[in-house]
Amino acid sequence: MSNINRRLRKERIAKILMQASGIIITGSLFFIIGTILYKGLPYLSLDMITKTPQGGFYIGKEGGILNAILGSLYLAGLSTFLATLIGIPICLYLNIYSKKGSRISRFSKLVFDVLFGIPSIVYGAIAFSIMVWLGVRASLIGGVITITLLTIPIVVRTIDELIQTIPTDLNHVTTSLGATRWESAKVLLTYIKPGLFTAILLAFGRAIGDVAGVLLTTGFSDNIPVYLDEPTATLPLAIFFQLSSPIPEVQGRAYASALILTFIILFIVICTQYLASRQKKHKV
Amino acid sequence: MYAIPSIETEKTQSIIHQVNPHIQIKDLNVYVEDQHILKNINLEIPNNCITSIIGPSGCGKTTLLKTLNRLLDDSTEVKVTGSVLVNGEDIYGPDAEVTHIRKKMGLLSQKPFPLPMSIFDNIAYGPKIHGNRDKKSLQAIVERQLKNVGLWEEVKDRLDSSASKLSIGQQQRLCLARGLAVEPEIILGDESTSALDPISTQVIENLLIQLKQDYTIVLVTHILRQARRVSDYILFLYNGEVVEFGRSEDILLNPQNEITQQYVKGFIS
Ligand SMILES: Nc1ncnc2c1ncn2[C@@H]1O[C@H](COP(=O)(O)OP(=O)(O)O)[C@@H](O)[C@H]1O
Ligand SMILES: [Mg+2]
Repeated sequence: MSNINRRLRKERIAKILMQASGIIITGSLFFIIGTILYKGLPYLSLDMITKTPQGGFYIGKEGGILNAILGSLYLAGLSTFLATLIGIPICLYLNIYSKKGSRISRFSKLVFDVLFGIPSIVYGAIAFSIMVWLGVRASLIGGVITITLLTIPIVVRTIDELIQTIPTDLNHVTTSLGATRWESAKVLLTYIKPGLFTAILLAFGRAIGDVAGVLLTTGFSDNIPVYLDEPTATLPLAIFFQLSSPIPEVQGRAYASALILTFIILFIVICTQYLASRQKKHKV
Repeated sequence: MYAIPSIETEKTQSIIHQVNPHIQIKDLNVYVEDQHILKNINLEIPNNCITSIIGPSGCGKTTLLKTLNRLLDDSTEVKVTGSVLVNGEDIYGPDAEVTHIRKKMGLLSQKPFPLPMSIFDNIAYGPKIHGNRDKKSLQAIVERQLKNVGLWEEVKDRLDSSASKLSIGQQQRLCLARGLAVEPEIILGDESTSALDPISTQVIENLLIQLKQDYTIVLVTHILRQARRVSDYILFLYNGEVVEFGRSEDILLNPQNEITQQYVKGFIS
């Protein structure tokens, strides 16, 4: 009797804990979005997203942050694209081409776990010293290289985890039909396609929001980048610079910029979810 | 291998055919990380018969089955010595081509695992990777194999829908049809009915009994009653060793070895 009571009490406590953490998570999300809306919305204008900084922008005069919006989109888009292009073959190698549990595949997985945990400033510092050595100035390409390096481990780890969720050995099915490894890999990719979007999105989110990696390598410019070797503005840095200004008008625009960054990420999340759900309906 | 004299009639030919070993296993040893999993297996698996591998779990049944289509190749720390001859050709020999070997064997695994595609594409997948691009011929193959496993009437109107929407029993029959579509000579089944309900199990068992006219079938099972229902030959494996091999009724009713006797009576499981 007391035993069942104790078990019920534990059940209740577990339920309360779960509800509490749910409330904390959604609460802080609303708090964050609320703050940037409250502080940033008054400063959000069409100019912000359609103009580059004009003379006197940084003391509160006219202009916008189109340079940083486009810079961030170019940077994150290119980096995510490259990281996916490099990351998927790595995953296929680890899971199909190398033998299961072989030394090389275990070692590579360890390496990617370590790389995943390295803070982005370290990537930035390494890329920076390479750029100095090569005589390359802070530029879009410098940022792309850094952020690509940063996102490859993210892509590899998330896709690898996706592959681990496949219940039986899909590989056995395809190989026993006489498929080559490449043919097996293609089926594997179809299988994880819905999740692939999420993995790529995650990498994009990390790429577009990273500050430390671009701080040393990408530079900053008021112009929209045209060539890869030009210094390029990014949203996180634009927020950082404006926020450190003593002028209230500029600080407000920092929050407006944060709002824009959040909206971009939100937009991509929704697109990805939509695409993923469509994929599920049509394929698997 | 026997040379068949040309004067023989078709009937006697088929009798000789019956005793021809389709698969010969010679001095096969399998080691996994210093563990000796399969010990000195010597075996001749006859043509157009169902041979069941029985034995307690962990005795090496799955491992033995996997050596037959070289699925162990992809595992590390696995060492295979000895030879497995299919139609007299050593599949572990230096000239053996692994995708070609696997094409000869259809594998029906424990749980059905449809590929992430439509019902049609699941069956067409094998023929496609082996180079069949002709739509008409693929359609014919799909229809024939679905009929072969008794699934055609159930799915003919929704060939384009996802295979994962089928029931588990239907999925297993689909997997069998998918295996048959690459025109193997041998069907390997690893406890293929263990995830199925009794009715689906019966359907699969009856199918296998029909299919042995055209295929050599090797089944792993830990259900003695199933072995009794379907097999012509039974191999009793214990601790990685062949304890007894012979005609089904001999092994089940009149086992020579003491361990087999105990297993058949249900003292060991
Ligand atoms: N990849 C592997 N790594 C380590 N041990 C294995 C591996 N595969 C099989 N074994 C071992 O080989 C033995 C036989 O396994 P298995 O062939 O699956 O037995 P069964 O199918 O008869 O239950 C077991 O002791 C199992 O632990
Ligand atoms: Mg087994």
